[in-house]
Amino acid sequence: MSQPKINDFVVKFANINGSGSASANQLFAKSILRMGVPVSPRNIFPSNIQGLPTWYEVRVSEAGYLGARGGVDLMVAMNPQTWDRDVLGIDPGGYLFYDSTKPLAKSKFREDVRVIGVPLTEICNREYSDPRQRQLFRNIVYVGALAALLDIDVAEIEKLIGEQFQGKDKLIAPNIRALHLGRDYTKTHFECPIGLSVRRAYAVENRIFIDGNSAAALGCVYGGATVAAWYPITPSSSMAEAFARQCRTYRKDATGGNRYAVIQAEDELASIGMVIGASWNGARAFTCTSGPGISLMQEFIGLAYFAEIPAVIFDVQRGGPSTGMPTRTQQADVLACAYASHGDTKHVLLFPEDPAESFDFAADAFDIAERLQTPVFVMLDLDIGMNDRLSRPLAWDDSRRYDRGKVATFDALESGREFGRYLDVDGDGITYRTYPGTHPSRGAFFTRGTTKDRYARYSEAGPDYLDNMQRLLRKFETAKDVVPKPVLRPGLQPSRLGVIYYGSTSPAMHEALDTLEQRGLHFDAMRVRAFPFHDQVEDFIAEHDHVFVVEQNRDAQLRMLIVNECEIDPAKLTPVLHYDGTPITARFIVKEIAEDAAALKVTPMRKVLP
Amino acid sequence: MTYIAKPKLHHPQLPVNKLGFTRRDYEGAVSTLCAGCGHDSISAAIIQACFELDLPPHRIAKLSGIGCSSKTPTYFLSSSHGFNSVHGRMPSVLTGANLANRELIYLGVSGDGDSASIGLGQFAHSVRRGVNMVYIVENNGVYGLTKGQFSATSDRGSKSKKGSVNTDAAIDMVLLAMELGATYVARSFSGDKAQLVPLIKGAILHRGAAFIDCISPCVAFNNHAGSTKSFDYVREHNEAVNQLDVMLPRETITADYAPGEVEEVTQHDGSVLKLRKLAAEYDVHDRIAAMNFLQERKAAGEIVTGVLHVDPDPEDLHAHLGTVQAPFNRLGERELCPGSAALDAFNAAHR
Repeated sequence: MSQPKINDFVVKFANINGSGSASANQLFAKSILRMGVPVSPRNIFPSNIQGLPTWYEVRVSEAGYLGARGGVDLMVAMNPQTWDRDVLGIDPGGYLFYDSTKPLAKSKFREDVRVIGVPLTEICNREYSDPRQRQLFRNIVYVGALAALLDIDVAEIEKLIGEQFQGKDKLIAPNIRALHLGRDYTKTHFECPIGLSVRRAYAVENRIFIDGNSAAALGCVYGGATVAAWYPITPSSSMAEAFARQCRTYRKDATGGNRYAVIQAEDELASIGMVIGASWNGARAFTCTSGPGISLMQEFIGLAYFAEIPAVIFDVQRGGPSTGMPTRTQQADVLACAYASHGDTKHVLLFPEDPAESFDFAADAFDIAERLQTPVFVMLDLDIGMNDRLSRPLAWDDSRRYDRGKVATFDALESGREFGRYLDVDGDGITYRTYPGTHPSRGAFFTRGTTKDRYARYSEAGPDYLDNMQRLLRKFETAKDVVPKPVLRPGLQPSRLGVIYYGSTSPAMHEALDTLEQRGLHFDAMRVRAFPFHDQVEDFIAEHDHVFVVEQNRDAQLRMLIVNECEIDPAKLTPVLHYDGTPITARFIVKEIAEDAAALKVTPMRKVLP
Repeated sequence: MTYIAKPKLHHPQLPVNKLGFTRRDYEGAVSTLCAGCGHDSISAAIIQACFELDLPPHRIAKLSGIGCSSKTPTYFLSSSHGFNSVHGRMPSVLTGANLANRELIYLGVSGDGDSASIGLGQFAHSVRRGVNMVYIVENNGVYGLTKGQFSATSDRGSKSKKGSVNTDAAIDMVLLAMELGATYVARSFSGDKAQLVPLIKGAILHRGAAFIDCISPCVAFNNHAGSTKSFDYVREHNEAVNQLDVMLPRETITADYAPGEVEEVTQHDGSVLKLRKLAAEYDVHDRIAAMNFLQERKAAGEIVTGVLHVDPDPEDLHAHLGTVQAPFNRLGERELCPGSAALDAFNAAHR
């Protein structure tokens, strides 16, 4: 028998979509959090609404590793359709929990996996007569059983049930009863706890548990967005819905008037068009979408770039086109966004690593977009966007003022100061704009794409075009110091090796770096947080003999962007790529990097640990 | 092509409006369209309408897509902000602009290629949302800038300049607008300024989605025999159902009309649309009957013009959304940011 695992294991739930399992599974995850032990749950949901498989994977890690781990220690197999595959996925020595109401053939099990059968259906059929209740309470019954098996404090679950049904108090007692039905049966029939258990700890601290889409939406509320235009697309829809919900709470005036507008547009073209129209007219506006939506917005994004109109675009990235892979995570839109549209364009990208940074960058994106008068992409992905993640608390400085950028006011125009919409008076490539309706006789201009001079007059003259395009490059240089700087995590010992990573790879990368360090492999790591790249990125690469670039796409898109924009020798940057649709794991990164590091003949400082 | 500013010199005795502006103050750059283009007449009608309504030009935003028609906003209202956007996508840009500041007047200028083909979806959705705007389609039934291809409003059987015959059914933007719930729908002809100017004035005063289909012959590619959008054809088949006089709330009504001949529609802002009926049976309030009438006359080969439908008390997108009266672009941190105390409570609810 293997060592008992305390506060460090993975439980995976195999459920049927639409069976009401989601809230029971969340209850399970939160009860462990309430015991002070970090968890990171992940939804794995194929593109269906009802009746088909869905999984919920909960990693319990007192050490605070929030990336996906890979492997399963306890499988809660509630879906007969996926049974075989689910049973196969359990690590040797692990546990299989199932509904033992109907006997199953011995061949359906594995010798090296311990089996815990609880007759969930039988218990529910005995206790409840309503079919829907039987189904819903079955989920709570298994939460009760798991509480017994893993030694979860039942009082914490009871408290959570009380919070969940606050205002619907009638539902509290029956849920608690179902919880105890499962717990009592399990305690009577099995030795509890099993070799996996939760022990109270103090590792959660003051962190919050929230999904990235909700956090980003709240960042838009705090950042002063008043117009949201969107078109439904997984995995971004929940961001627009969260924004609307939060605005109903935070954005009503005393008479009930709405200080916001949310438009579900007819398509992504209209969404970005509305954002551009609203931003042109001085409101803060955003859209949220995913890869296919970005493809549809291309023409407008180019217009916004050339006409220099702020626009904030959230791209919650997912796998390729059509349905299926789109409910899986990837970081595969980096190039599509960096160089979106026709003509010579490049765009600002922000790469938040978790919900808290999604909140920060969402609010920052409006300042950056208005400062630079250009589209800004906030690059989330499904892994950050649609999973609850333990995250530092959201913070806001009440003395903060929105940076509305260079806007010529009535007084500035009245003073007679020269106004040219595309006249670079400060030398930073950023020019003054005016909102429509500002002044009766000054500051009006005609907005077009490229065909204009410094005073926004129609011009097809080559020199005017060149002048404008060169200024746009100057502006992109200015952008380097406006966007969030990279974050350096130096190795415990000096190293000639570096690692670059970004976005949702963070938790897996941090865990991988710890593991590599334990093996005596030291790396300096840099988390890139924005494009255009700050000079520190180039310096980091120059200071190291070799740099790994870890990302979740096939074509090493960030690496390509670095090679291209910083003119780096590609041989110096080794791609580490994970793109099967599951979130990247520390195990994967360690394996890839350790092998390559060995190939680079890097001698570990001490003997490799098992 | 270069930018040609119009000389500001004008006759010293040009009439001024209540703001002290002359008609010239509502003009733009010199048109670069073909001499005789119907679109220039529409620009002139817009200038006249804004002058007569005493509108401060800077309180108007003019937006367009791509095409000959979409170039015209350069040729009127030079003191207004303008936006030459993306082909077929003016409606979404206008919708966003309107959301940002509900106090300005939004003038969307488009063409039949821009609005009936590539932009049909955006046209339809902006209308069904009830965006408070004046949406003018300068409808010549042809692609001008790309040299003479049929557009989606070309009538089936009409001939191109090179002689090919259009075999596709035409999209009737007026019927479509009515179907989609536009609350002010009119059709006119660029060659009939007396009719067009009041129609534009009525549309500007309307507080909802106002749509004007303005047939505007293309002198270069669609003004020949066999075209159903030529000057001659439209003049021969034009059947006006009414004649509009727009009375501002402050104006005393002086015109005399025979009893029963005139229908009055009081709009939300107090302006009065006086409709002198030309077709006795036509009722602009009854959308269904109006649509039937239009279908019948269309089948008979007539081009019905005038105010075709008006809802005197429309509800616009801002009303649907329940937005505050203050323009969004004037709201700051104080109104928009919930602050750190609310965030602390939010954090506490997520533990």
